Formats: sequence, C-alpha cells, structure tokens
Amino acid sequence: MTEMNMIQSLNSALDSLLTKHDNVVIFGEDVGYFGGVFRVTAGLQEKHGPHRVFDAPLAEGGIAAIAFGMGLNGLRPVAEIQFADYIFPAYDQIVNEVAKLRHRSGGEFSTPVTFRTPAGGGIKGGHHHSQSPEAQFTHTPGLKVVYCSNPTNAKGLLTSAIECNDPVIFFEPKRCYRGPFYGDPHNVPTWKGHPEADVPDGYFSMPLEQANIVREGSACTVIAWGAMVHVAQKGIEESGIDAELIDLQTLLPWDRDTVVESAKKTGRVVIVHEAPKTSGFGAEMSASIQERCFWHLESPILRVTGWDTPFPHTTEWDYLPSPARIAAAIKKTQEA
Amino acid sequence: MTDGNQASIEPYTVPCAPFRPGDTADFGGPWTEQPGDLNRPDITCEAAQTQPHAHGLIRVLNDEHVASGEWNPNLDAAQLIRGLELMMTLRIYDDRMIKMQRTGKLSFYMRSLGEEAIAIAQTMALDDTDWIFPSYRQPGAQFVRGRDMVSMICHCIGNTEDNIRGRQMPVHYSWKEGYFISISSPVGTQFSQAVGVAMASAYKGDDQATITWLGDGTSAQGDFHYGLNFASVFKPPVILNVVNNQWAISTHRNLATGGDNFAARGLAYGIPSLRVDGNDFLALYSVTKWARERARAGLGATYIEVYTYRAGGHSSSDDPSIYRPGDEADYWPGGDPINRLKMHLIGIGAWSEEKDAELAQKIDDTVMASYKEACTFGDLANGPYPPASTIFTEVYETVPWHVQEQREELGK
Repeated sequence: MTEMNMIQSLNSALDSLLTKHDNVVIFGEDVGYFGGVFRVTAGLQEKHGPHRVFDAPLAEGGIAAIAFGMGLNGLRPVAEIQFADYIFPAYDQIVNEVAKLRHRSGGEFSTPVTFRTPAGGGIKGGHHHSQSPEAQFTHTPGLKVVYCSNPTNAKGLLTSAIECNDPVIFFEPKRCYRGPFYGDPHNVPTWKGHPEADVPDGYFSMPLEQANIVREGSACTVIAWGAMVHVAQKGIEESGIDAELIDLQTLLPWDRDTVVESAKKTGRVVIVHEAPKTSGFGAEMSASIQERCFWHLESPILRVTGWDTPFPHTTEWDYLPSPARIAAAIKKTQEA
Repeated sequence: MTDGNQASIEPYTVPCAPFRPGDTADFGGPWTEQPGDLNRPDITCEAAQTQPHAHGLIRVLNDEHVASGEWNPNLDAAQLIRGLELMMTLRIYDDRMIKMQRTGKLSFYMRSLGEEAIAIAQTMALDDTDWIFPSYRQPGAQFVRGRDMVSMICHCIGNTEDNIRGRQMPVHYSWKEGYFISISSPVGTQFSQAVGVAMASAYKGDDQATITWLGDGTSAQGDFHYGLNFASVFKPPVILNVVNNQWAISTHRNLATGGDNFAARGLAYGIPSLRVDGNDFLALYSVTKWARERARAGLGATYIEVYTYRAGGHSSSDDPSIYRPGDEADYWPGGDPINRLKMHLIGIGAWSEEKDAELAQKIDDTVMASYKEACTFGDLANGPYPPASTIFTEVYETVPWHVQEQREELGK
C-alpha cells in the first residue's frame, strides 16, 4: 500500500496495465511527453515508449474513431478526453459506433475501448470545464459508465474498465484529484491521511457494477457518485440523521440490488448529483426504486442536483449541491 | 483476457517536438523569404494563382525593419503609431491580468504574448462592422474597436459589472456592439459558424464580411474542414485564418499535420490561400485588406496561414518549460511583433525610444486605473459577484416553470 492522491492512483493503474498487457495503448491531447494537463499520464511515455503512450491531434471525434479502430483490431485503447465537456465532437463515434458495434455485427465484432475523462465542477471552470454529462451516456445501450470518487476506487475501477471487453466511459471527478471535496471551497483538504488514499501497489482491480456502502445508516439512503459522495457525507453529518451513504461507482449497469435493499431498509431516499435535474441519472434511479420499493417507502424520493441551467463560473457554489441542501433534503424525508 | 500480438505491429510514427527542455532551439536562422519575393495578385485570381503565396511567406518588413514589396500597405505614420499603441495596450493589459490571476483576483487568464499583431492589424484592416469570430488569442480586436477596458476587466473578474454575468471563464469575452462573438472554450467551433454568418450576410445583401481564427492544433478538428468546405462551395464573404503558433498547449504543430504547411490546404479546397509572417504588422494588415477586398467584390473566401510563435504559456494553468526550451521564443526568426513595428517607425523617423517609453507609461497608467476601477465592482477573491439569480436567467428567452421553481428553491 502507498498513500496516493487520485492522480497518482490513476497513473499507477495505467502503469500497471501497460506493464501487464502489451496491447494497452494510451493516447489523447497532451497525454504523451507532457503527461496530461492534470498529469495523470506523467512519466508513462518515457517508461513504456512513444507508440504506447502518445499525443493525439486535437480532435475528439478522431480520437474516438481511432480508439474504435484500434480496439477492433486487437488493442486495448485508453483514450483521454481532456475535459468531459469536450467529449461531444466524439459523441457520434461513441454513441452510434463504439457502443453499438457488438450488437450491430451480431456479436462478430467488438471494441474494448476505455474513454477516461475529467468531469464535474468546483474548479471555476465555467460552462465548458465543469459539466458532468454522465446521463448523456447512461442513455446509450452498449456502454458501461463508471464514476470514481477516491484514489482506491479510481485505480481499482479503471483497471477493470480497461480489462472490460465492453466499451467504458470512465469519469474522474477533477475536483477530487488532489483531495476529497466536502463542499467548502475555502477548506479543501488533500488526500493525506484519508483511508481511501492507501492504495494497493501494482496490479489492483475492483469489480464494476458494484456500489460501495460508504456509511451504514438506518434512517435514510443517500446515493451519490463522484465528488458528490464527499459532499453528501458532509451533508449527512450536518443533518445529524443516521443516513446510509451509497457511492454508486458504476452507473451503467448500476447496482440496483444494493440500492433497493438499502431503500427497503430505510424507507427514505435522497439522490445527489452535480448534473442538471431533468433527465439526470437520479430520475432513472428514482423510477426504478419506486417500482421495487413502493410499499417500503415512507416519504417521496428526493433529488439534490445541479440546476437545469448551464454551469456558471463565479456563482458555481450556488449551482453545485451543497452540504446544506443535502442536509435539508435528508431532514425533509424524515418529516413524512 | 486475450492480449494482442503487439510484436507483429509495426510501430507507427509518433512525432516528437523538434526541441525539448535542455535543447537549444534552432529554426534555421533568419528566414530566406524576403519582402518583395511574392507579388500581390489581382483579387479576382483563382486559387491556383496563389500557390506561391501558400507555399512561401508574405513579408513586408525585412530583418532590418524596412518595408518594401507589392504587399506594403503604405500606411501613414499616424496609422502605424495607432497600431503600435494598440499592440502595446494589449501586452500591458495582458501583463496586468496575469498579475491579477497570480494574486487570486482572476481564476484564469490567457495572454496573446508574441501574437499581438494578429488581432490588432487584421481587425484594423476590416470595416468596423465586420463580424469577428475569435479564438481565445484575439481579444485584442476589442481594443481596435474601442471597447472600454474597465468592461473587459470586469468580464475577466466575473464581477457585478461583467456583461455576461460571471457565466464564463475569463477571456471568454462577448461584445455585441463590436460584432465580437462570445468566445467558446471548445476549440474551433467558431470557424465553421463564421461561414454561416458570412452566408447570411450574402443572403441579406449587406456589406459585412466575417473574419475568424483558429490555431494550428485546432485545425485537426472537424470544424476546420467543415468551414473550409462550406466556404469553398458557397463562396461567402469570409476570411479564414489558421494561426500557426507552433504549439497547442504541449502539442507541437507536427501533431496537427504530417506536412509542414497549413496554407496549402486551402488550395485543395479551391480557396485562394496565403501564408503570412504573423509577427509583421504590415504584412498582416495587407493580406487582410486583400481578403476584405475580395469579400467586398463578392469573390468569396480567403484562407490565410498566420505563421507565428506562441511566446507565452497556453494559459495561466500551463508551464511550457516542462515541454519546450524555456528560451525557445528568443530563437524565433520572426522576432517580436511590437519591437519590429517600433523599430520600423523609428527607422522612418516617426518614433523614438523616448516617445515609446512615454507611451508605455501612459498605457500602464490607463490599465492600472481601469484595473482599480474594475475592482470596485468586485474581484474574484472577495466579491461581490453577480447575484445567484443570474444562474437562471437567459437560459431561454423566458424563464420556464421548471427553471423558475429551481430558482425559488435556491431562494437567492
């Protein structure tokens, strides 16, 4: 075990897979010599060679298509999209091509691509460096969608994503690269001393499609992913209510059993995500939970989300779900 | 899992930048291309007649700062001094903004360092009502059109006087009176949009032209090719520029094309194409005038490679010393655009070091006063910020019920 921040643990996952599998290749904008704008691929080109870790031209649509082709022909490409906000030129290749290849070819062809992309707000990135577009991919059959939240699951889940034979979109909460984020921009700790910052060395994987119960509780189930896991944790503390916190980790296919079991136990559910509310993944979860837990629910399922507006720059703390908003929602579930 | 048979794959070419930290940059010494090498073709020319201009380099100022050749726009001293003042203003303004970023008063900043001539000279060559579709390194166009500096700084801060209400990152200016379109972070999107604006101008029969820029790195995006192709087919009044400044963050231009020329791409689209020294104010002004004349005459698009060097980092978040020699800019044969115009003006007896120092001081005072005034409307570290209610407005023309409900939920 080594104490790592999320950048180091992602780097460690990539390093171990480049070592273990000679068909893993990594590319994207600035990922080669420079090591990525967030330094996630630092040192990997030098260690593993320029044809395995290389810079791509600035063309997300091209990057996705090249990944499609490399994956189809025996490689295991890990493509970085520099910011999730920049994934949309690649949307056609991902949604119409990568996601559907296995099905449309009657299982004859497939492409085991992983798209890594930093997502989410909290860095004063404005519209185009802050969005969390997971729902735009959970609506796409054929993709798996993963959202890590700490150094340990970043490494374990990225390893499994790359080794998965289906294409995976892997979201990294950039606000948490260097430390967990509890919703207070004036007090941002590092990962130092955090239990999830003790990361196994070498090869390490964690199963996809499994949620993690971060905190057990009996009075309410709070579900979150990415940076919101930590904000939700703070919200639970502020509420003073014995809530259970579930880090969903994989959004597609999601761990419905764990969520349903918890919802049946607590009878109250709050779903937290940064992305806008309307058609967000919280809506899908809410519908599924009521289908299976209707007779167990004691109060309406609530969502605490980003607003149905573009992501702002200077007012981002009024946009992102805050511990106070989450605490208020948890308390509201107790009223019924 | 089944591993691939990597041993059987012949490694493809992965380009490396020519110079890395620790190397001494060498761009081959002074350019062999000289002013006067290339004629100024008639504006009715076909694309093929610009082949020498796409493969050569249009210059007006030589290495001794003397202007000559058919492309010399013969500007009078007052116009040249205005160009110098605007370029100096942009540089001094940028320096102040970077200092603000370093002290936490801005979240982010991008300078135009070494590329000041591009936005200034090219915008000066246009009509005042021509549409401007900039990348993030042409904010200087606003100075040409007289935008209030306080307003620009307020945008960068994102304070209560920011005309776009703190919604975008700094440098993403929007200025309707100046026909300066709101800058968007996804690179290259403006390039093909500009062609649509120009088609609308042609449709309406007005005399507005449209200018747009993107970088060498961005020319890898589909939008670059969409723009060139639509411009090639529909021939609207548009001036399409690729600013080849050698670097896209850490990515050298050799990742943007396997060739070494961006201008010649336009020839294949059938668009008259020029390659110009991007640090030569006079040459930039002149090629843009030529393109503007073509637009006015209904002759369609002109495509220009602006050959330059990004002397600063990509942004305040970037440290170029990690991926290129720290002093690489010093070896760029094109020199510094501000110094070159200054030396030219001194050479023709219209300027002096004393006047230059005096002007720099005057600009610095103006920038400082503007900065102080802008900060009275709030700075990033201390606020005040635009009210949170601005999150919910202007998402649609009118606020729909679901957005209104959320605004009430926030309660601010």
